[in-house]
Amino acid sequence: MNGPMNPVYRKRLFRHRAGIALSVAAMSVGLVFLFWILATLIVKGFGGLSWQLFTLSTPAPTSDGGGLANAIVGSLLMVGLSTMISTPIGILAGIYLAEYGERGRLAQVTRFVTDVMLSAPSIVIGLFVYALYVANVKHFSGYAGTIALALLAVPVVVRTTDNMLKLVPNSLLEAAYALGAPRWKVALMVRLRAVKAGVVTGVLLAVARIAGETAPLLFTALNNQFFSLNMNAPMANLPSVIYQFAMSPYDNWRALAWGGALLVTFSVLGLNILSRTVFSQKAPQ
Amino acid sequence: MHSTMRRQRLQDFIFHKVTMLFAASVLFVLLGIIISLLIGAIPAFKEFGPGFITTVEWDPVEEKFGALIAIVGTLVTSGIALLLAFPVSFGIALFLTEICPVWLRRPLGTAIELLAGIPSIIYGMWGLFVFSPMFAEYVQPALKHTLGELPVIGQLFAGPSMGIGMLCAGVILAVMIIPFISSVMRDVFEIVPAVLKESAYGLGCTRWEVVRKVVLPYTKNGVVGGVMLGLGRALGETMAVTFVIGNANELSRSLFAPGNSISSTLANEFAEAQSTLHVSSLYALALILFAITFIVLSGAKLMLAGMSRREGAK
Repeated sequence: MNGPMNPVYRKRLFRHRAGIALSVAAMSVGLVFLFWILATLIVKGFGGLSWQLFTLSTPAPTSDGGGLANAIVGSLLMVGLSTMISTPIGILAGIYLAEYGERGRLAQVTRFVTDVMLSAPSIVIGLFVYALYVANVKHFSGYAGTIALALLAVPVVVRTTDNMLKLVPNSLLEAAYALGAPRWKVALMVRLRAVKAGVVTGVLLAVARIAGETAPLLFTALNNQFFSLNMNAPMANLPSVIYQFAMSPYDNWRALAWGGALLVTFSVLGLNILSRTVFSQKAPQ
Repeated sequence: MHSTMRRQRLQDFIFHKVTMLFAASVLFVLLGIIISLLIGAIPAFKEFGPGFITTVEWDPVEEKFGALIAIVGTLVTSGIALLLAFPVSFGIALFLTEICPVWLRRPLGTAIELLAGIPSIIYGMWGLFVFSPMFAEYVQPALKHTLGELPVIGQLFAGPSMGIGMLCAGVILAVMIIPFISSVMRDVFEIVPAVLKESAYGLGCTRWEVVRKVVLPYTKNGVVGGVMLGLGRALGETMAVTFVIGNANELSRSLFAPGNSISSTLANEFAEAQSTLHVSSLYALALILFAITFIVLSGAKLMLAGMSRREGAK
């Protein structure tokens, strides 16, 4: 009973083939959903892409035309400002973890909490900023949205910076110390500089993370039908406009929502791919 | 000479403390979240007591609030997502580490990770306008005629096929968490020492047997950690769920029925809530959600930390 006709052997071979087939099927499922979603966006959103999308503000409910200029500008302002806030905070905290984090309770706890905050529900962050800021100043504002987005971005920057700094070889640091350089100079001018590209990756990933976030903006930046550069007032932003327009019964609004969705998704995915090509290291999840 | 050294020592001291302050700011934010949610939730807990968690009723008009519908909705949708996403993620991780030709690994791995990059609201729009009509037309009738005929679990698949509802939300959550789970699984599969796998191959194991009996037992903690990470993501997911769960404040036996999750209740009601008690009940919901996700994600991190220690010992 040896050889290929052996029933035990046949059973094992069958299991092997079934397992491999299921694995290939699982991979196909993943790819099918990715391309299904991207195809939907292109089919439904491409018609809405025009110059007006970038030059005109959101239209009134029943009128024709209009664009998303106010929402695009609002999103750029809030994402840009929150990146400027979260980048230095994230990098300095990341430096602390890498420099002083080998032992020490504070660094260990911080690293753990950062990891948890990476996946914490973003709507709770929105609620927190509402309770802390909006409820006290008594009005929604672009600043509140900026704070919420910055809180989401900081953990991404911290973890990437920490991970990247750990990759710097000790010999490089020791060489700098041997020349008599103080610790802060070694940390900033040798170690951080050595992984510049990696830190940029972290910032790009953080931008990609917050650019499409809707939930934390619902109770902070709210929305604004008109073009406004005043960050101390409710501010239009792409995700909120997409949410409002997609849920509306008006065809023109829905078409604009799909155009905006196409814009947001391809920007975010573009940033993701860009961050991979800037520095081909695995990003933290 | 001495003054230079003293100056540098002072600079280093300041550098240490400044960076420490920024690192500690992450902890302050966590404390701030917990404290502010607690303060916001006090009126609701005072009024309803611990019964808040087990009360079904959620009626803003009558000012009666209970969290059970939202908690059940969150747990059920995340549970469905996990059941569906686990085997698929395992298959993907297996494919990318053991089956896929090396030159295809990077592009295919990136494609799966891009699923994680698609914003939540896009999943919601696609789910509501594209996926749920097809789900109602093909998947739900098929489920009704197969699983729906079974004696006990049949009632889970009863009722009208509307597309949107708990099951649809669960399926879309599954797609959203697949990249997270499969990415962790892939990472832990890759740290299995080649010697172990080669020994098994040397004994004549098939590739499937090597994965089932060598790779999976070796990476058990990491796999559980990855699954918990996915669960943590699914529990707090807001926009996609808000689009497709149906937003109905009722409990139903059927998974086809619309429901509400904690996050979708917050997204729908918080901006419009007027009375103190309503707002406070929403804070209480947020606190419950934050506590659940914090525990699940902490568990995930502990599991994965054990895994990387093992990698260090290799």
